[in-house]
Amino acid sequence: MELLSGGDMLIRALHDEGVEMIYGYPGGAVLHIYDAIFNQDKVEHILVRHEQAATHAADGYARATGRPGVVLVTSGPGATNAVTGIATAFMDSIPMIVISGQVDSSLIGSDGFQETDMVGISRPIVKHSFMVQNPEDIPTVVKKAFYIATTGRPGPVVIDIPKDVTDPAKKYPYSYPESVKLRSYSVPSKGHTGQIKKAVEILLAAKRPILYTGGGVVQGEGSALLTQLAQKLGYPVTNTLMGLGAYPATDKQFLGMLGMHGTYEANMAMHFSDVVLGIGARFDDRVTNSIAKFCPGAKILHVDIDPASISKTVAADVPIVGSVVSVLEEMLELIKLSETKVDSKALELWWKQIEGWREKDSLKVIPADNDVIKPQQVIQTLYDITNGDAYVSSDVGQHQMFAAQYYHFDKPRRWINSGGLGTMGFGFPAAMGVQLAFPDAVSVCVTGEGSFQMNIQELATCLQYQLPVKIVCLNNQALGMVKQWQDMQYGGRYSHSTYSESLPDFVKLAEAYGHVGVRIEKLSELKQKMTEAFAMKDRLVFIDVLVDPMEHVYPMAIKGGAMKDMILSKTERT
Amino acid sequence: MRHIISILLENEPGALSRVVGLFSQRNYNIESLTVAPTDDHTLSRLTITTVGDDRKIEQITKHLNKLVDVVKLVDLTEGAHIERELMLIKVKATGSQRDEIKRTADIFRGQIVDVTSTIYSIQLVGTSAKLDSFIAAISGVTILEVARTGVSGVSRGEKVLSV
Ligand SMILES: Cc1ncc(C[n+]2csc(CCOP(=O)(O)OP(=O)(O)O)c2C)c(N)n1
Ligand SMILES: [Mg+2]
Repeated sequence: MELLSGGDMLIRALHDEGVEMIYGYPGGAVLHIYDAIFNQDKVEHILVRHEQAATHAADGYARATGRPGVVLVTSGPGATNAVTGIATAFMDSIPMIVISGQVDSSLIGSDGFQETDMVGISRPIVKHSFMVQNPEDIPTVVKKAFYIATTGRPGPVVIDIPKDVTDPAKKYPYSYPESVKLRSYSVPSKGHTGQIKKAVEILLAAKRPILYTGGGVVQGEGSALLTQLAQKLGYPVTNTLMGLGAYPATDKQFLGMLGMHGTYEANMAMHFSDVVLGIGARFDDRVTNSIAKFCPGAKILHVDIDPASISKTVAADVPIVGSVVSVLEEMLELIKLSETKVDSKALELWWKQIEGWREKDSLKVIPADNDVIKPQQVIQTLYDITNGDAYVSSDVGQHQMFAAQYYHFDKPRRWINSGGLGTMGFGFPAAMGVQLAFPDAVSVCVTGEGSFQMNIQELATCLQYQLPVKIVCLNNQALGMVKQWQDMQYGGRYSHSTYSESLPDFVKLAEAYGHVGVRIEKLSELKQKMTEAFAMKDRLVFIDVLVDPMEHVYPMAIKGGAMKDMILSKTERT
Repeated sequence: MRHIISILLENEPGALSRVVGLFSQRNYNIESLTVAPTDDHTLSRLTITTVGDDRKIEQITKHLNKLVDVVKLVDLTEGAHIERELMLIKVKATGSQRDEIKRTADIFRGQIVDVTSTIYSIQLVGTSAKLDSFIAAISGVTILEVARTGVSGVSRGEKVLSV
């Protein structure tokens, strides 16, 4: 057997696991590992400019490809800088491996230089973690880490490695295990057939059904089957913020996103439904609003791979634990065999009612009359010039909601956003990860001038690796989402949400980093300038679009209400 | 309602902190906790008593089961079970109280395991409720120290918790 050092074993194990790329930043505790990286050319290392960006880039890569993202950081500050990105991935169930250096085993517990208890710090935000004790354990630990991160409900796994474990002077026999078995970890696969039967009967007998689906359908590769199911039944579909793209947004059965900033028709249809089939969605508070008032007349059928997600907030009438694919396949089969047929009369009435709600046109954009750009118009233009086929990563704020509402995703894995943790600073590094995964694709980051400044340093990474990411900044000169809440709930007292006097010149900034910057201030020049920017296929272009700073995101759920309770504009509520 | 959850846990570093962390992170409370290796040295057995309605206990057991280090668990309170706790209690024992304490300890089948001219150390085994009643029964006595182990338990009959 080949003899390798711990550092070499680690990189070799990553390669044997099929890893093509890792995102990282060096430091003392990982220098042996960096030397091992230097001495090979199978696993590419991308040098970011801040460890948080490494995690978000790996996350973006994972969301776009479905393969786990891999991060390498040093001990202490390197590890703590990665924490926000780990939590972001954890909340959205993204498969990720974070390898952190640790001080020498002999120094652990002594408050050594750059020592921090990474396993302890990350404990509540990982699916699992390992501290490697012996170099010989590295291949098995890596195998286990990938297995845990990518199966069941995916999530981040931390591997903490003391420096002495990667010592290049000490070599050990290396072989990579074909598979691992963990007696304490099992992955639910097929759902309970009896339960699925029960669900199918209820679903077929429904008079006002709705399919409510989340990120689990994207992660679980269930989009094609979901589409088949929905079209077979002819039922309306709504997606969560995390689930966008799981069902083609341009299809007539799609009601748009639901929840806090969901469409009027999606939220109304949820509220007045008699059967809700929730798939890979977790009935979170941004969707349900008041649990007590949630879908009062509906039976809840809930499919999820994570038993703990079922009946956590809303009690399910028919809980089904299983992978999306296996459950949907079985449902389709059972529908074929069932004696019960869809009640087409009732369904027709239901659609009539839904069409009535649709007519409200809750996402209607009223143009300004003075050539001022409405933020929604930027997304509409983006959608047009990219033919709806770009990878869109987003940051957090109003711009995120506008992107979710106005970019109609027809395919899964195209919409890359931090839904669960809501991490400002996520979008740009995530767009880098997407671009690295798909060099020829159009990778767009929709951002705000606030969020962008949280990982602005990655402009340098994009220069180094020639990543032609397109940054569309909806510049409202404020922390817009905060300001909106202050408008609505705090009498317009803008406590620390504005900074128009101190914004950088983003065009010059982009240029300083060796990129192209474009500023757009008038609606009349929006389309042309954006088209020009996107025509620069091999350049990063920062498109700074000055938008109406007073715009709010609507519809918006009324706090403490039911899903039907919405504010529709500055002057109208349901 | 009070529940006793018994867990077989991988005997790995950090495993216990994951279990305890889960309780604090999700705002579940731990009334008592015992942990020790089993006859199989790769496994620890951990017993937690906690309080909650059915919904909450269901969430707790689901989340515990999700922890990679948790091999198996059982809610002992779901069926017939035996629970025991051990208490060492050190009390002031002088004058007429010496006899009275001894008599009470006998009634509770306790043993005086250490004696000085002014102090008894008593060992008592039983359900937590029994230990509580003993403390109530010697209410006039000055208690110097109480050390309780927390609850341990097994199901009655054939039912076992093993891998
Ligand atoms: C790291 C982090 N800090 C704070 C927040 C709270 N927050 C949510 S949206 C928002 C404003 C974002 O401003 P900007 O990026 O300019 O987007 P806009 O809402 O203006 O479109 C803030 C501060 C957050 N989500 N993430
Ligand atoms: Mg802003």
